[in-house]
Amino acid sequence: MKATIIGTGSYIPEYILTNQELSTMVETDDEWIVTRTGISERRIQKSGDVADMAVNAALKALDNAGINSEDIDLIIAATSTPDYLFPNCSSIIQKNTCAINAVCFDISAACSGFIMALSAAKAYIEAGMYKKVLIVCSEKMSGITDWKDRSTCILFGDGAGACVVESSEQEGVKSVDLHNEGMLGEVLTAKRNENIVMNGQEVFKFAVKKVPETINTLLKKENTDAEDIKYFILHQANVRIIESVAKRLGIDMNRFPVNLSRYGNTSSASIPILLDELNRENKLQNEDLLVFAGFGAGLNWGSILVKWNCHKS
Amino acid sequence: MFEKIRDLVAEQLGVNKDDIKPESRFKEDLNADSLDLFELIMSLEEEYSTEIPTDELENLTTIQSVIDYLGAKGIA
Repeated sequence: MKATIIGTGSYIPEYILTNQELSTMVETDDEWIVTRTGISERRIQKSGDVADMAVNAALKALDNAGINSEDIDLIIAATSTPDYLFPNCSSIIQKNTCAINAVCFDISAACSGFIMALSAAKAYIEAGMYKKVLIVCSEKMSGITDWKDRSTCILFGDGAGACVVESSEQEGVKSVDLHNEGMLGEVLTAKRNENIVMNGQEVFKFAVKKVPETINTLLKKENTDAEDIKYFILHQANVRIIESVAKRLGIDMNRFPVNLSRYGNTSSASIPILLDELNRENKLQNEDLLVFAGFGAGLNWGSILVKWNCHKS
Repeated sequence: MFEKIRDLVAEQLGVNKDDIKPESRFKEDLNADSLDLFELIMSLEEEYSTEIPTDELENLTTIQSVIDYLGAKGIA
């Protein structure tokens, strides 16, 4: 059997932290932030747990997929900011969505969390072990942000994104290309009970170099031309990274959807939030080819080619 | 050497070739910010198959300084 995405959902907290408000907290200004990052505002979860955002996104994805929570037999949560060391976030999602038949585990892969989770869902489904997988990525980046560090606090936001992947005759989740280079891990870290520490220059160079590489590898694997891809849905870290990747691939920026001006970098949640927005705005048609690409702390990076089969005919 | 780097800089920074002189300063004259410079450095690394440590960036302020830096590495 093959794996295909059948529904998406997302949850964004209400509180909007604008660049203007940030400029009253640290020495920065709107123009500087927008030019360097493309971010105008981000959402902050003022109260509640990471799992609360996850449950909200999960319920929307189940509804969008048109299935009941009892149908789910595996929940994979990707988060770097879990509320508890244990139980894992996926077990809390199980409890609050009444997904009583599911097995649950979490993935910790920072900004590549969604890519890793989707590849795991594909592998489990193709192996015949599970039939309906709920992937939920939820991050409260505001909780590990140093609000006195103007080089990082402008970048991150909170949010959650989810999707349901189902065993199907149709191959929706196609080739996967994943990489990891732990030797470079120190350029982006968050130690337990401490905040994010980032060497922005090195992370920028890493992303701009590795993301086009993995996308080219992926397209070659599938013998697919970049022209055949409707959208390149990249992890929303910084618009300058996305622009640079587009330029290096020689692909027009209008095929790289961007929503980070409103949400900032929501780590693992950024790709499924953006995917859900595109889905709900009816910008995706069946048979559309999409490339998802993630990159982040580890360092890790990877991409997945997806044929959209979400709409029931 | 100058012509090749000038073309690369023009392409990366989206500036007119004629406005680029050896003494042009990236930030002040060519309006590049730090991220533009990383991208430029990466193009240079690829073009000349060399590694330019990020620490060097603060010394590479003009077109001429890049030519000198690459020259010192035996690239001409």
